[in-house]
Amino acid sequence: MFAHRHLLGIAPLSPQDITEILDLSDSYVDLNRQGAKHSDVLNGRTQINLFFESSTRTMASFEIAGKRLGADVMNMNVLASSMNKGETLIDTAVTLNAMHPDLLVVRHQNSGAVDLLAQKVNCAVLNAGDGRHEHPTQALLDALTIRRHKGRLQRLTIAICGDIANSRVARSNMLCLGKMENRVRVIAPPTLLPSGVDRFGVEVFTDMEQGLEGCDVVMMLRIQNERLTGGAIPSTREYYHRYGLTREKLAIAKPDAIVMHPGPMNRGVEIDAEIADDVERSVIQEQVEMGVAVRMAVLDKLARNPEVADE
Amino acid sequence: MTLHLLNARLIDPADGYDGPGALRIEGSEIAEVIRGTSPSVSGIDCEGRVLAPGLVDVRVFVGEPGARHRESFRTAGEAAAAGGVTTFVAQPNTSPVLDDPALVEFALSRAREEARVNVHVMAALTKGLEGRELSEQQLLLDAGAVALTDGDHVVAEAKVLGTVMAYAKGLGALIAHATQEPSLSRGASATTGEMASRLGLPAAPAIAERMALERDLALVEATGCRYHAAQISTAGALPPLARARDAGLDVTAATSIHHLTLNEFDIAEYATFFKLTPPLRAEQDRLAMVEAIASGAIDIICSSHDPQDEEAKRLPFEEAAAGAVGLETFLPACLRLVHEGRLSLTTLFQRASHAPAQRLGLPGGRLAPGAPADLVLFDPDAPFVLNRESLRSMSKNTPFDRQRLQGRVMGTWVGGERVFGD
Repeated sequence: MFAHRHLLGIAPLSPQDITEILDLSDSYVDLNRQGAKHSDVLNGRTQINLFFESSTRTMASFEIAGKRLGADVMNMNVLASSMNKGETLIDTAVTLNAMHPDLLVVRHQNSGAVDLLAQKVNCAVLNAGDGRHEHPTQALLDALTIRRHKGRLQRLTIAICGDIANSRVARSNMLCLGKMENRVRVIAPPTLLPSGVDRFGVEVFTDMEQGLEGCDVVMMLRIQNERLTGGAIPSTREYYHRYGLTREKLAIAKPDAIVMHPGPMNRGVEIDAEIADDVERSVIQEQVEMGVAVRMAVLDKLARNPEVADE
Repeated sequence: MTLHLLNARLIDPADGYDGPGALRIEGSEIAEVIRGTSPSVSGIDCEGRVLAPGLVDVRVFVGEPGARHRESFRTAGEAAAAGGVTTFVAQPNTSPVLDDPALVEFALSRAREEARVNVHVMAALTKGLEGRELSEQQLLLDAGAVALTDGDHVVAEAKVLGTVMAYAKGLGALIAHATQEPSLSRGASATTGEMASRLGLPAAPAIAERMALERDLALVEATGCRYHAAQISTAGALPPLARARDAGLDVTAATSIHHLTLNEFDIAEYATFFKLTPPLRAEQDRLAMVEAIASGAIDIICSSHDPQDEEAKRLPFEEAAAGAVGLETFLPACLRLVHEGRLSLTTLFQRASHAPAQRLGLPGGRLAPGAPADLVLFDPDAPFVLNRESLRSMSKNTPFDRQRLQGRVMGTWVGGERVFGD
């Protein structure tokens, strides 16, 4: 039985926890497809979305999820540039804590910041992405998408391609898919691979064509502009040439391989527009739909465990 | 005034003596060292506890001038006395920087007034620690600085460092320098490796240390100046040090108590008291440091005492200030290595008292007639759990908080005067 006080990452979850969340998510997918998309699970509960790093889509997803469960949802965008960083994090958390929220959904630009904040508040904390560390609900929605398409979440070969070194999505996915006993591969130039990545239980490829062979799932990550100016890759056209997903490269994977992307996409950099919009292969839109359901499931689980001891 | 310290277990790092003995102190100096049975005279009965020359800590950051809320000379002195550190050398990265003879004189006079232990000062290598212009080396040394360093700043340009060293050679001055290649280390809060990758922290590779050290040693070879590698932490630094010594260069090196006892995994869940410069390393590197201290490949142990207030540490790991206090945990931390059988007490005091005093030309670090009566009396086995609130430092940022340690200081004397214990 899911007995965690917070959801700070995939790392503390067991395969049973993950399965439980995905099963509940399935029922929320059904609910979301009905006319009356409402449940009373979080009636009377206060959910604050505390985002120190802006993200329209993730915040919107959490807001809709909370409201569909009947929670009173408040969004707070705290941009790092507008205040002293240190004062903002703990002082803001402590101030909010005094207002007795039941759920805090937090995104922050520093790894470990959400862990730190969770130590200072009494309510349940949900990590919506911290620095380069974890983004657990993304990994869970990716897992749900894969499970629904492939009928299972074990013994699949999944390639994650892109800026692995700086991606919390990659880290959470490596952990989640690894715990569920899949063969996970990472594909990236050496300058975008984290040190010691081979010890995360993944196979490492710097040649995309070799890495894609026999894959059931191809997960593409976004290349951020800072990587270019930071000198890790020489240009987007070279990156596209070596690591961009095109029709030809996709053909190397299994014929029924699905294409995923956490969004937003850089069409023409990591992925061809044509592939991204191909409804036969791309499940990118569905990931967004699964995202709301997964977030509803996680909020549901956390709200039902208010008295659970600290981890 | 005569004082006898009797029935002690004497540790004399100069010749490796570890056995029963007593000391007769006259005024501020040791007048007689008695090995074997203590004379029957009145005095302080040490009850078999260890009596050794006080620790000489060559790398201590004090917040005077400019940051007394982090640590003043008075509180640093109290912390040192409680830790059995009878001499410490303050670093120049203060605000303003100690790059002017008047500021050196100010710091020394404040320290003499306020601190209960002996305090010396290292002055800046470059003006403002900016790594661009030579400081007024002669004037700074005349004002009382014992050596020159840029503290935790690294002189990035070889040409500047080479000029600094060549100039220092003319004065016979000792240059102490931090050795981390700047472009690789910029923005790093951890060592490159699996732990940093799991935690998602910006990291610098361990080779950044070897690279900077090799560059410095090449310049030492070219200029012939006296050099001290202030804070070594990786195995990769040891071969270049060995080659430099074999080539007859006047080179010494130090490592810190934290790099001898902790590794990168101790960061655990982003615990900021474990954020240090240089960052904590892999276990193989820690073991290499222990081995090097035991063998003498690294000459000196220091604390790199760096007080940081609560606000500076109560931040996400990347944002938090680096540094840990160490004056009061210096001895218990080193005693871990003694209790593990990696180091003898005499070697410990050689590295932490005798060698540092010798290298900087300071009195102390010896038990001999005429030596200053700078002593520490301690029970090496007494166990305790450290509560950081009990530290006498103004700042309480120690990674040993709530850890089990062994080694309690019962008494500290500076110049024959008891500054700690009753």
